[in-house]
Amino acid sequence: MQHIRAHVLICAGTGCTASGAKRVEAALQEELAKKGLDKEIKIVETGCHGFCEAGPLVIVYPEGTFYVRVQEEDVPELVESHLYKGRIVERLLYKEPVTHESVPNYNDLSFYKKQQRMVLANCGHINPEVIGDYIASGGYEALAKALTGMSPTEVVAEVKKSGLRGRGGGGFPTGMKWGFTQNAVGDKKYVVCNADEGDPGAFMDRSVLEGDPHRVIEGMAICGYAIGADEGYLYVRAEYPLAIKRLRIAIDQAEEMGLLGENIFGSGFNFRLKIKEGAGAFVCGEETALLASIEGKRGMPRPRPPFPAISGLWGKPTNINNVETFANIPQIINKGSAWYASIGTEKSKGTKVFALTGRINHTGLAEVPMGISMREIIFDIGGGIIGGKKFKAVQIGGPSGGCLPEQLLDLPVDYDSLIQVGAMMGSGGLVVMDETTCMVDLAKFFLAFTQAESCGKCTPCREGTKRMLEILNRITEGNGKEGDIELLEEMSRNIKNTALCGLGQTAPNPVLSTLRYFRNEYEAHITEKRCPAGACSALTGYSITELCKGCGLCKKSCPVEAISGEIKGRHNINSEACIKCGACIAKCPFKAIIKG
Amino acid sequence: MKTIEDLKRMREQFQAENSLRQAGGIQVIVGMGTCGIAAGAREVMTSILDEIAKRKLQNVIVRQTGCIGMCEQEVLVDVVRPGEPRITYGKVTADDVSQIIGEHVVNGRIVEKLVVGKITD
Amino acid sequence: MEMVNVTIDGQQLEVPKTATVLEAVQRAGIKIPTLCYHPELRPEGACRVCMVEVEGARSLVASCVYPVSDGIVVRTNTAAVREARRMVVELLLANHPPDCFTCARNLNCELQTIAADLGLRKVRFEGERKSIPIDANNPSLVRDQEKCILCGRCIRACSERQGVNVYSFVHRGFNTNVAPAFETGLDEAPCTFCGQCAAVCPTAAIVEKDDTAAVWRAISDPTKHVVVQTAPAVRVALGEALGMGPGSIVTGKMVAALRDLGFDRVFDTDFSADLTIMEEGHEFIGRLSNGGKLPMITSCSPGWVNFIEIMYPDLLDHLSTAKSPQQMFGALVKTYYAEKSGINPKDIVSVSVMPCTAKKAEAAREEMNSSGYQDVDYVLTTRELARMIKAAGIDFSKLAAEQFDAPLGISTGAAVIFGATGGVMEAALRTVAEVVTGKELESLDFHAVRGLTGVREAEVPVGDLKVKVAVAHTLANARKLLDRIRNGQADYHFIEIMACPGGCIGGGGQPYSTSCDIRQKRIDSIYECDQCSSLRKSHENPAIKELYETWLGKPLGEKSHHLLHTHYHQQKRG
Repeated sequence: MQHIRAHVLICAGTGCTASGAKRVEAALQEELAKKGLDKEIKIVETGCHGFCEAGPLVIVYPEGTFYVRVQEEDVPELVESHLYKGRIVERLLYKEPVTHESVPNYNDLSFYKKQQRMVLANCGHINPEVIGDYIASGGYEALAKALTGMSPTEVVAEVKKSGLRGRGGGGFPTGMKWGFTQNAVGDKKYVVCNADEGDPGAFMDRSVLEGDPHRVIEGMAICGYAIGADEGYLYVRAEYPLAIKRLRIAIDQAEEMGLLGENIFGSGFNFRLKIKEGAGAFVCGEETALLASIEGKRGMPRPRPPFPAISGLWGKPTNINNVETFANIPQIINKGSAWYASIGTEKSKGTKVFALTGRINHTGLAEVPMGISMREIIFDIGGGIIGGKKFKAVQIGGPSGGCLPEQLLDLPVDYDSLIQVGAMMGSGGLVVMDETTCMVDLAKFFLAFTQAESCGKCTPCREGTKRMLEILNRITEGNGKEGDIELLEEMSRNIKNTALCGLGQTAPNPVLSTLRYFRNEYEAHITEKRCPAGACSALTGYSITELCKGCGLCKKSCPVEAISGEIKGRHNINSEACIKCGACIAKCPFKAIIKG
Repeated sequence: MKTIEDLKRMREQFQAENSLRQAGGIQVIVGMGTCGIAAGAREVMTSILDEIAKRKLQNVIVRQTGCIGMCEQEVLVDVVRPGEPRITYGKVTADDVSQIIGEHVVNGRIVEKLVVGKITD
Repeated sequence: MEMVNVTIDGQQLEVPKTATVLEAVQRAGIKIPTLCYHPELRPEGACRVCMVEVEGARSLVASCVYPVSDGIVVRTNTAAVREARRMVVELLLANHPPDCFTCARNLNCELQTIAADLGLRKVRFEGERKSIPIDANNPSLVRDQEKCILCGRCIRACSERQGVNVYSFVHRGFNTNVAPAFETGLDEAPCTFCGQCAAVCPTAAIVEKDDTAAVWRAISDPTKHVVVQTAPAVRVALGEALGMGPGSIVTGKMVAALRDLGFDRVFDTDFSADLTIMEEGHEFIGRLSNGGKLPMITSCSPGWVNFIEIMYPDLLDHLSTAKSPQQMFGALVKTYYAEKSGINPKDIVSVSVMPCTAKKAEAAREEMNSSGYQDVDYVLTTRELARMIKAAGIDFSKLAAEQFDAPLGISTGAAVIFGATGGVMEAALRTVAEVVTGKELESLDFHAVRGLTGVREAEVPVGDLKVKVAVAHTLANARKLLDRIRNGQADYHFIEIMACPGGCIGGGGQPYSTSCDIRQKRIDSIYECDQCSSLRKSHENPAIKELYETWLGKPLGEKSHHLLHTHYHQQKRG
């Protein structure tokens, strides 16, 4: 056996895998072998670092050098220079978007500086397929502590005191939920983990499951002990094959080590976990639909009460939390509720993981303490808007949430503040929009999503969102009518008031919140037949300004011969014939063609 | 695994395997500049790794560095024990490795005959 | 029962702790519009029409599924409630064909009624409407999903009541639809054609296949001799569709109306019900004494026959080989009656009026042509007959009673009780007991097999033998018995199974809004008809005696075998 002198961590999360991590890994193996370094250098596959935008990510220890966008053709240089000679490959380092400075070390990245990675602490730093890596980081000590030193009631009390609230969207106090199920009468109880993450642009839970599956398993086992359940289900959407694979490995390893199964830590507590793959229906993230799906039925919500805590899976008392909620549990037990409650705001404790997407420089995962401002998340962590464009709004809470405009950027991000301004925490998807985004179009996008994903059971959600979508469609197509805004408001009010489940009740939120902050954009579409953001193609005209030099390139590029003009003379676009494809703008060397 | 003690033992064992990802520990740094490699740095590196493995040493980090300008003294090997000055050994050969590791790394006794420099932080 | 205090629109009352808000509201004498709710099916809270305000609730709640709690304060008529209900109904109408004038459910449609009650005058949405081809590939039922409001009652009726599970929701969002697996037609699905889905459908999304036009054509054709038979259960339900109260006995008016419509002869399925007892009763005696397959199970209900052929083909030899009364009648009309009256059977059009949609499919079965022609040409449901009577401008309630034509209109009380669950069993026992023992029964009323309990059992002494019998209605209950037979846990001799709740009086072709109360009233009337009959035993029917003496020979004889018995085969569907 030889001494291992270096670890090369390759992110094998879904994002980095998509950008070529597996090819990099193969090339690295081959190159190390060729150089005879394969015995002294270990390659470690890790889960997601959250910095997906810069993937594939490679970290080399002991130096902790952070390489980004590594491709297989970079591998020979990386091996020769860094691993053989110890010289950092400068060109593969991350460069800050503003200062353009290279940042060799992981922790010095502006992306990570304002983050407080607790749930994601291990993600990207351990091999999720090796239980020892988790144990080395203190894994399963919380379970041991709970099973050998705490009563179930003490565990529930500790979770209550921590102030942890459900991370799946609703923000219901987790400890209270556990208490309900603990107190429910039943010969059999279940713990269910909701890993049916489905908000557009959200991938927090996937990353946790891929990067640190044992943390979730440990949280579920602690919950099982607290509420008196000996069986649990992880409901994971089938579109997360890597998460499912790693969970299976993790469950097998935990069973092998006796951390799941019979008489865990000699406490007499038994707990087993099963995985149920969901078929990708968004509505199955709703807890009653999720339970129906586990039971083998069509995933349709049912009215509550009774709540799952009383009558859940197969009619038995069932506690359902989402991935991030369970992932918070081990540290609460380990470090205590007082420590946990010291993080965050008065009513929103701990951290929240957000998925940053849209027109933002650092797309990826950010874990921040509750109460941080949206400005810090978007500008300090997220690196601001792509291409130096102007920030317009951020959609928080996915299709159930709302948007925050510029004037609310300093709002503290916590459950209650967000509700007050017409948005919601949701599961943590943040979609950042710049000045080129049309807010009517945005509302249309989210409504099209909820309409397509409606289970079809209740009338307001099935029929109402369809009609709202049709109204939004006609507005963006220039056919909006006087009274459309009022009709949208009336429908929103009634759908919120009558829909059966959370999906329907919150479906109008994107419309209501864009109306709240960007009503003038709706009005411009309807009365002036104009899209202020220049995004709605039906309302966007192209024209050629006096900057035109008469080169004729636009005329040649136009597929419908809508452009006329003599060489060296100013050209003209026939707006009747123009199909608004944008080909002329792309071709014009003088930026003489404008849209709007 | 049946007790918390089992878990703790296991934690220590697994932590040791990943120790090079944590800061701290004794560092052995080999000069891997072109001059160093020409003078046999790679062989020295290999024997350092073999020696550490043979002695089952934990908590020793082996790194490389580039040319530091004392090309005639290559192969250069630095040993840094936490809180102690950085000792640079010159003209190190594979045969010297056992002594450097055995004396300095393990027991903290500097192998004076090979020292060419000393840097205090 | 534990009670709680509730306040509804200011009115305080006590209701059972297990009640829903809707039930409490109904107790308070307040009517809330409902669509997906059906009193006999598990509430789903899907349509959101029955919304009410509950103090302290975050949003309006669906009263059909919201449980009461002590001190709950409910308001059923606030501005928010009115607006919400109107919005929901307006949304449903926006996706519903505006063809009320020509719709099978015109003036008899729950959606139409609610829209009228709420005073909706305009649908503000003019967008896409769903477009789904009509499924009419079977003889019994027509499904027009464009008229479906996705209340899910058919799904629940088919699964909860019938245990058949043909329907489920498919697709999502606006494309959500109700369909059999793989969206096949009902002809390819394991559908029994019982029509319980049609019976609970609030709109015309599922209706019986309308054969009235063909019957009108036959009546108007001077070359055709059109005869009609009417099933026992029709006479106690037809009146409901013509403005009379539930359970009205309208036998004589019905006969008069059928003559007015232009039928050449008005006969009674009761005649062939008596004949069924003779054949099936003797078959049972034969199986008992010759070690034949037991338990023997009745075969009058075509929904039930489809069910066992599709779901339990391994148990088919338990079925009596006797045809159903409709088909025995059909076989005789074009043979015995044709001969006796000197009419060429090819000129006879044989029509039946049935409480049942599966009867349409039964008449269309390949093997039902033992007369050399299709034995029964057209089957009308009770609802279709009511429409014909209305179309002909007949003032039904004012009609004077008339008598059935002889001889195929002569029957006994044993035949009329075929219309109620347990009736076939009771009629059979009356005859079997007397035939076996040769002694007259003291009482003809076998109360143990009557009633509405899902599965009923009895031990009936027949001579030295204690005959163990069971009676089940609805296919979900049938399934329970069949599973026990399959597992060898059933030691019955004789079982009666009817596909529909309450038996034929609750059939899928009966007038709309069949509830438990209405079924009970129809059953009461059935037994009243029996009580009032001068003859109450099938073997005493003089027309039947004459049939055997002059033409058939004896029960289970060669002619019977050819005309009155059939065989069954597995149906591979779904």
